[in-house]
Amino acid sequence: MTTLNDTGALTRLALRRDRVMLISWMYVLTAFVAATVYGFKKLYATAALREAFASTVAHNPSLLSLYGPLFGHSLGSLVAWRDAAVGGVGFGLMSIFIVVRHTRADEESGRLELVGSTAVGRHAALVSALLVACLANVAVGTLITVVAIALGLPATGTIAMTAAFTAGGLAFTGIAAVAAQVAQTGRTARGLASGILGAAFLLRAVGDSAGQGGPRWLTWLSPLGWNEVIRAFGSIRWWVLALPLGTALVLVATGAMLAVDRDYDAGMLPQRPGPPAAAAWLRSPLALAWRLQRAPLIAWVIGALIYGVVIGAAAKGIGGLLTSHEVRKVIGNLGGQPGIANAYRAALTNAYLAATMSFTGLIASGYAISTVLRLHSEESEQRADAVLATGTGRIAWGFSHLLIAVAGTLAILTTAGLGAGLGFVYRSGGGGAEIGRLVGAGVAQAPAALVMAGIAAALFGLWPGASTAGSWSALGIAVLMLLLGAILKLSHWVLDISPFQHLPKLPGSPVHAAPLVWLAVTALALGVAGLAGLRRRDLS
Amino acid sequence: MSDAIDVTELRKSYGNVVALDGLDLTVAAGEVHGFLGPNGAGKTTTIRILLGLLHSDGGTARLLGGDPWSEATELHRRLAYVPGDVSLWPNFSGGEVIDLLGRLRGGLDPARRASLLERFELDPTVKARAYSKGNRQKVALIAALASDVELLLLDEPTAGLDPLMEAAFRSCIEEEREGGRTVLLSSHILSEVEALCDRVTIIRRGRTVESGSLADLRHLTRTSIAAELAGPAEGLDRLPGVHALQVEGDRVRCEVDTDELDGLLKVLTAAGVRSLISQPPTLEQLFLRHYAGDGPGGGDAEGTGPAGEGTGDTEPHGVRT
Repeated sequence: MTTLNDTGALTRLALRRDRVMLISWMYVLTAFVAATVYGFKKLYATAALREAFASTVAHNPSLLSLYGPLFGHSLGSLVAWRDAAVGGVGFGLMSIFIVVRHTRADEESGRLELVGSTAVGRHAALVSALLVACLANVAVGTLITVVAIALGLPATGTIAMTAAFTAGGLAFTGIAAVAAQVAQTGRTARGLASGILGAAFLLRAVGDSAGQGGPRWLTWLSPLGWNEVIRAFGSIRWWVLALPLGTALVLVATGAMLAVDRDYDAGMLPQRPGPPAAAAWLRSPLALAWRLQRAPLIAWVIGALIYGVVIGAAAKGIGGLLTSHEVRKVIGNLGGQPGIANAYRAALTNAYLAATMSFTGLIASGYAISTVLRLHSEESEQRADAVLATGTGRIAWGFSHLLIAVAGTLAILTTAGLGAGLGFVYRSGGGGAEIGRLVGAGVAQAPAALVMAGIAAALFGLWPGASTAGSWSALGIAVLMLLLGAILKLSHWVLDISPFQHLPKLPGSPVHAAPLVWLAVTALALGVAGLAGLRRRDLS
Repeated sequence: MSDAIDVTELRKSYGNVVALDGLDLTVAAGEVHGFLGPNGAGKTTTIRILLGLLHSDGGTARLLGGDPWSEATELHRRLAYVPGDVSLWPNFSGGEVIDLLGRLRGGLDPARRASLLERFELDPTVKARAYSKGNRQKVALIAALASDVELLLLDEPTAGLDPLMEAAFRSCIEEEREGGRTVLLSSHILSEVEALCDRVTIIRRGRTVESGSLADLRHLTRTSIAAELAGPAEGLDRLPGVHALQVEGDRVRCEVDTDELDGLLKVLTAAGVRSLISQPPTLEQLFLRHYAGDGPGGGDAEGTGPAGEGTGDTEPHGVRT
């Protein structure tokens, strides 16, 4: 087939370009699952301990919304429970980055045009990107299988778990293939596909934390939910694998069809002409930064609102997870007064909301980092030169983007808190006080998120070549610490590296000013260091 | 008048790669100065140091009487820059970019903006992602030319323009010169430099190899001679400054250092001249002599001073076509 001419050559080129990134993904994902196996093996060595743990999970809505339901209480069940959704996010992100990088992002930069002008077939680029993503998913899946079995998990269950991961990764490969056709820039394509990944996480979070009679079927709509419902270490439902594989096939075919119908470098959305002159306000570096960052911020704020409303509304079902027998038992243990039942439910609800809010903080950090790194792409794509050759100084230019990053992060966290408050009040009742409490819980995440932004800013100013990899790795480490810190029984000295470790668990905990102030000061110092570095160094 | 740009002994290395190796460049206020050199010679690096985007490793650079690094912001309000590879924000319209860059520079003349849009036939409502390379260059050129500045730094500004637009560009630069603006024009298009520039600087491997007015430079290079003689001319091969001599019966072809032209003509007229074609050196010849040796496998042409004996001897006819 001439349209596939040289696909092999392009695939080898892509593998060569991605070798560091692919090895990093393989390492991180495998290490994540291996650490879970190792940690649970040490932590819950006996069946009795695992059984006790399983019963706490079943009654803890924040654990359910973050990780999903627990099927059985073998070591494998515990690992599959803990890693199903989060591992699925890892496989999904890896697939999205690989596909977009070799399709839309290359097309946008013009590299694909150079390649496409040679004897390379029309579909070779898309197909080679899909091949690389497939290879990566299969390779990581195989590696995890080998390592997990070596660590003592039963083979059949392990294969079911990793097959679900791999198939889920392929589903997101298909999603990315379509997003790369629809969106016109790599940035938008990644945003679109990651947004779908976020929605998938949210769908299964709501489905999993829903009580009896709640919308539990939502889990079945989410590719991440499929990793759970396959019940890898229980009575395995192999047929569930057909869901991600079918999705992958349909979406890849759709992507290929869309690719045929469009011109090089064109998106699916029609091109509208722009204004013949700039708006009167577009006259300062800050205005330029706002104009560049406006569209992604609006998308993020809308996403945060939806996310907030959903998690706030889902809080209503929290109490429903407890059977009346268990509630009576707890109340009995606590002294038998009727008021205690309500206090217990309230504490559970708070714990759930606090867990989702700390998750919100990590997501908002993703926004903060990507916004700061816009400085880096403006520089490396040579657009900074034109601005810095005018009366705009480096500090003004850099500070403008940092200001948008800070304000945007605050806006996202406020909106997520507001959404959670509205959703909570709508379903569970209460008034402005509840809304205020949840807005506060959202905003309280800001100091840690801004430290992550500060890390990105400092790297950009002092070591720009490492800014992208460095700041995303920092966030990755913070996420892994949150997910694995307790399992691996990491010492406080290690855990305290993560800024998120120092945040109060809101709502429902006392707030101490000192750690928040220290985090804010750290963020500020990192930002200042970044600007100072920017002022002194050569621009590329 | 003071110099708009004064660069002496400028040095810059990227790791082990030496980009500038003692470069000199002087641009007088009010002149249009051609800045020539092969790819990778250091033109863009020089301009980026002048813009304060890069530190120099040594030497001095003065721009409009100020220091390009420490006074960057103040100096930038007095100049406009057109990069060689214009990269625009994909979702901005051309008009937005022109206005934005103009305003960041301290404002632009709306009447001039309108007339430039017309002259360069640019549709300002098109989004930047849809512009061709030439159109992106027009956006940057219009933004620069519509600004009220003293100095224009143009880094290969016509590389993507069609011949019609190039003509429009030339007439614009002519107007700038009449208006008293200083222009540093880095270019590969020799006819453009010959037509526009008062003086040129040729650099090679980070060093200045020639600088002066076109007339000066022509004087220092060779004239091509093709003559038909009445009888044999004696001793042509012993004349100083004669290169690439070819004698076929009565026909003589050679290249002569312009300084030695008189001596050659005396010998030729002594033999009797039936016809004579004398071709003054083109900038292209000058250029190629300095560029020779930069190509793959080429020798080192550093020794070829203006009138020296060098690699030019071996290829005199190829350059005239």
